[in-house]
Amino acid sequence: MTLLSLENLTVRRGACPVVDEVTLSVGRGAFVGLIGPNGAGKTSLMRAALGLLPHEGRSNLATMLPEVRARHAAWLPQMREIAWPVSVEALVRLGRTPHRRAGGQEADHRAVANALARMGLDGFKDRRATELSGGEQARVLIARALAQETSLLLADEPIAGLDPAHQLGAMEVFAALADEGRTVVAALHDLGQAARFCTRLVMMHQGRVAADGLPAKVLSPGRLAEVFGIRAQMIDTPHGPLFQPLERLT
Amino acid sequence: MTALRFPLLMALLGALVLVLFVLSMAFGPAGLTPGQSAAALLGGEAGAAETLVMREIRLPRASLAVLVGATLGLSGAALQGYLRNPLAEPGLIGVSGSAALGAVLALQTGLAAAFALALPLMALGGAVLAVLVLLLLAGPGGGAFTLILAGIAISALAGALVSLVLNLSPNPFAATEMVFWMMGSLADRSFLHVWLAAPFVALGGVMLLALGRGLDALTLGEDAAAALGIGLARLRLVLVLGVAAGVGAATAVAGAIGFVGLVVPHLLRPLVGAQPSRLLWASMLGGAAMVLAADIAVRLIAPERDLKLGVLTAIVGAPLFLHLIWRTRREGL
Repeated sequence: MTLLSLENLTVRRGACPVVDEVTLSVGRGAFVGLIGPNGAGKTSLMRAALGLLPHEGRSNLATMLPEVRARHAAWLPQMREIAWPVSVEALVRLGRTPHRRAGGQEADHRAVANALARMGLDGFKDRRATELSGGEQARVLIARALAQETSLLLADEPIAGLDPAHQLGAMEVFAALADEGRTVVAALHDLGQAARFCTRLVMMHQGRVAADGLPAKVLSPGRLAEVFGIRAQMIDTPHGPLFQPLERLT
Repeated sequence: MTALRFPLLMALLGALVLVLFVLSMAFGPAGLTPGQSAAALLGGEAGAAETLVMREIRLPRASLAVLVGATLGLSGAALQGYLRNPLAEPGLIGVSGSAALGAVLALQTGLAAAFALALPLMALGGAVLAVLVLLLLAGPGGGAFTLILAGIAISALAGALVSLVLNLSPNPFAATEMVFWMMGSLADRSFLHVWLAAPFVALGGVMLLALGRGLDALTLGEDAAAALGIGLARLRLVLVLGVAAGVGAATAVAGAIGFVGLVVPHLLRPLVGAQPSRLLWASMLGGAAMVLAADIAVRLIAPERDLKLGVLTAIVGAPLFLHLIWRTRREGL
């Protein structure tokens, strides 16, 4: 079953297209890494797919009513905004907004508790969210998106700024969601983590999809040189593929 | 400070408003004892002086304090929630400034002297005009930035035009009257004022209280709120119309009463766990309590001098606000 389906999606900033005729289809149980250099159009692609940006072409999410879409797809923006010193639990409960207590208070409570447990935040429940460190706030905001319990999660650089343990923790949570049949599409800059955890990579370059497929195939030396301007080494190990950027090409 | 259990907090604030309302009914230059006051209010003869004082002077005054205070507190909390800024206040979108312009024009042209409701009606007209210009300037989107800019522009223009009217006033008495009106007061108001303001205050209140869910979601920022299914354009429209109806009507009957909409949400925020939806309800009651208390205070402090309510709220509110800023800075929030 297709959860995300984009046809010729185009976003213009002025006359210049920042997302250019992207066609993409993502089914159940995938952890898709959206990779590409700064300005490749990753954020614009996801925002337009959600209907948050004016666009041409078709996105199945953008055609839904906002409230219906919010029960289908969760969005974790790159900007980690927490405006008020609310408790961590209250903040995570905001993920239940689109459900309007459809399953009763109990369902909301269970979703919030599960999300907190998944992100290792059980002890943080009553802390004020604004008093946490940047990395802790990032995890609270991921928990908020998990509490939305959608089949699709779009996340913009969800692991940027996390320490190594919590980067691994978050990537493991996303991979586990995919194993459960849910789907995660995440913009990632850490190609090593992307190569190791993602089931599929979509590489963007100047608003277009430059490559799409299995990580080992997408991260080919030719594409890395052309799109990222780098040379890198990929080694197969018992722990999975290890990817290490080596040098900038000029 | 820990977040009080919300129903308990609401009960306490409700009780506070009730006590202050009764106290407000008990003070005045007529020098009635509490027993006389209660008897005159509830069972007095229709023509007796005590009955007139209670029913035609003190009851509308206390009622207006509740209406004006509740709408200022609620509007302040709603605007702070929408803009995600604790410094926002009801005057920000330019409605109170424009209402004041309407009022001084009524005084300048002599219409206010011609019939009793000319001044509040012209003030309401000013508020309506401000909202139309505001919505036109801010555009169809749901963003906060254009709304703030448009509000500042309208406030500045209204302020300049008020100065122009004062500048060109025919005589010093007219100018004095306008300046005193702008200081804000609940003295010498009648039930006409109450019935004029009440429908707008009620309408604005219903609109703003409905925004709780959206304002909560905005804690995560505009993008995340939109992705949670909140229609930001509609939310902003309801917010502007709700604030305009309430604050426009409040300014029309009471003049400019500053600092209530700024300080009350700030004071109550820690008590509701900072949740914008809960702050709406708490600030509505808190605003009513603050204006009732201030209106009692102006009668106690200087009964002979007609101390203006808006002057007192500013004198008390500004240092209180400075203290809050100091505390906020110390907590590193």
